[in-house]
Amino acid sequence: MQTYDLESEGLRGLNSTLQKQSGETNQTNWQVINPKGSHAIAVGLDAPIEVTVKGSTGYYCAGMNQQATIKVEGSVGPGVAENMMSGQVIIDGDASQYAGATGHGGLLVIKGNASSRCGISMKGIDIVVHGDIGHMSAFMAQAGNLVVCGDAGDALGDSLYEARLFVRGSVKSLGADCIEKELRPEHYEILKDLLDRAGSDAKPEEFKRYGSARQLYNFDVDKSAAY
Amino acid sequence: MKDMDDQIPRTLPIQSATFSNPINAEIRRAAATGIYDIRGGGAKRKVPHFDDLLFLGASVSRYPLEGYRERCDTSVTLGTRFAKKPIVLDIPVTIAGMSFGALSGPAKEALGRGASAAGTSTTTGDGGMTPEERGHSNKLVYQYLPSRYGMNPNDLRKADAIEIVVGQGAKPGGGGMLLGQKISDRVADMRTLPKGIDQRSACRHPDWTGPDDLEIKILELREITDWQVPIYVKVGATRPYYDTALAVKAGADVVVMDGMQGGTAATQDVFIEHVGLPTLSCIRPAVQALQDLGVHREVQLVISGGIRTGADVAKALALGADAVAIGTAALVALGDNDPKWETEYQKLGTTTGAYDDWHEGQDPAGITTQDPDLAARLDPVEAGRRLRNYLKVMTLEAQTIARACGHNHLHNLEPEDLCALTMEAAAMARVPLAGTSWYPGKEGF
Repeated sequence: MQTYDLESEGLRGLNSTLQKQSGETNQTNWQVINPKGSHAIAVGLDAPIEVTVKGSTGYYCAGMNQQATIKVEGSVGPGVAENMMSGQVIIDGDASQYAGATGHGGLLVIKGNASSRCGISMKGIDIVVHGDIGHMSAFMAQAGNLVVCGDAGDALGDSLYEARLFVRGSVKSLGADCIEKELRPEHYEILKDLLDRAGSDAKPEEFKRYGSARQLYNFDVDKSAAY
Repeated sequence: MKDMDDQIPRTLPIQSATFSNPINAEIRRAAATGIYDIRGGGAKRKVPHFDDLLFLGASVSRYPLEGYRERCDTSVTLGTRFAKKPIVLDIPVTIAGMSFGALSGPAKEALGRGASAAGTSTTTGDGGMTPEERGHSNKLVYQYLPSRYGMNPNDLRKADAIEIVVGQGAKPGGGGMLLGQKISDRVADMRTLPKGIDQRSACRHPDWTGPDDLEIKILELREITDWQVPIYVKVGATRPYYDTALAVKAGADVVVMDGMQGGTAATQDVFIEHVGLPTLSCIRPAVQALQDLGVHREVQLVISGGIRTGADVAKALALGADAVAIGTAALVALGDNDPKWETEYQKLGTTTGAYDDWHEGQDPAGITTQDPDLAARLDPVEAGRRLRNYLKVMTLEAQTIARACGHNHLHNLEPEDLCALTMEAAAMARVPLAGTSWYPGKEGF
């Protein structure tokens, strides 16, 4: 286990050190102490290493992650795991707004609650939130799965594309073009897999699925041939 | 009496200036379709522009440099504030961001070839980086847009600079648009979207809001790219003084200010023509902000929107810009709106010089299209040569003017080299009205 004291050794050194790790490294376990809400912790990693942050972080923790498993023993600020490509990011506490924004792949697990705009513009990432999520979550979400074991706030899935949204609790309101959809067998499989990997004991049959009505995919043009 | 009645002069038909034929045609089009007019390009309305300024040239009080022989440098370095590897360009004319999707693959390749041959940079667009444009661009700026289509850290690290796009001059406050006709399999795959949809991008970034967040976003991008490459912040010209100041405060290496004549691949005509500031009006406030913060020349200013000639380049630099960017002009150099396609333009209901339905993907010149047959009309090698030549001419023209004003580097041009032909241009450019020592807003007339 390698230990990095962020307070005394600085952010540049941390990210530089972690970004230099490759698939062949034998230093596969790292812990970061004294994060004290710092921004951009463990960003741009691209190796199958495990990084544990011993405390809460600021903005963009684990941003653009590839391959790495990053655990935060605390809560995270805005934009955790933004644009993640692969790997896993696991948050013990709560997440601020934009969690998993624009993520292309990998798994983001939030064991507490997530604030507004969780999964905004997601492009293939899987997100599992054990608690509730805030308003405007999955706005313009393009692909991937958002699983919410608690409740969802206002305007869920507004202007949604092809992302799948699963909510166990209540939904305060659906956004434009977002509708409830049938939960088919393949969706139960997806849910079971994600809940297992996220360490949740929720049951797939307790969820409802939401997706795009696809009514906003094209402009509404009268006499389109004439346009 | 009957004969006289027949000779009474008749009132001539008078067209309304308010309800003109173009306005009435647009009312009829809107009534027929129920959708606003969408088009490409920038503002077509006449606004005060660089044509309204003149250089004074050397005289008794200043002497010129020998026009064909004496040295007049043109290089510019962008990103000297924080980046370990600033971009060094041979000429202060760069190629603005235009996406693969909006443009064909061969067109993007041609831009890369021409820019590289001329010693300058080109820029990606909304849709990510293609291997072709990376391969043909010696210096490539990677746009970081609200949509984040195709955004990934591997491409980010391949870039020579990162341009955070807050807005563009054609539509400040609006997002990108790419209609279904141009969403080919490859474009759809790059953007993680269904094929054939009318893709309308977000107008603001998904994971930051405001200058304080932007500062942290820039920190993150620098951490991911090891502080190697410059980070630009591009804004559509609306509040140039404050936007420039806030971009500097957020940590930008370069500010890109895009006026309303700056083009777009597609957006609402009402947006293009009615939102934003003329390019001429935004330079001095942006420079003023840099000067007030003590970072003029340390944070470079790139101006875009309606740059067409070496005279425009020289005027923008004289007003304090470090470089300019061209988009529409570069497309024209490649072959956009070329008279040789007039017959086909007429089939599309338009004419040479007016073709702006770039969103429909039927460009006869094969530039703003994803149709393989049309795209094949553009030879990227030949088009790249044309762009290189055009960039060379712009540079020569700017040098001609600079030498005539007595300067041995384009960056030595200054506002004192200029006068204005109109009150409006004098007020916007803050240079004296021709023949006077005064401009509107200046005290002590």
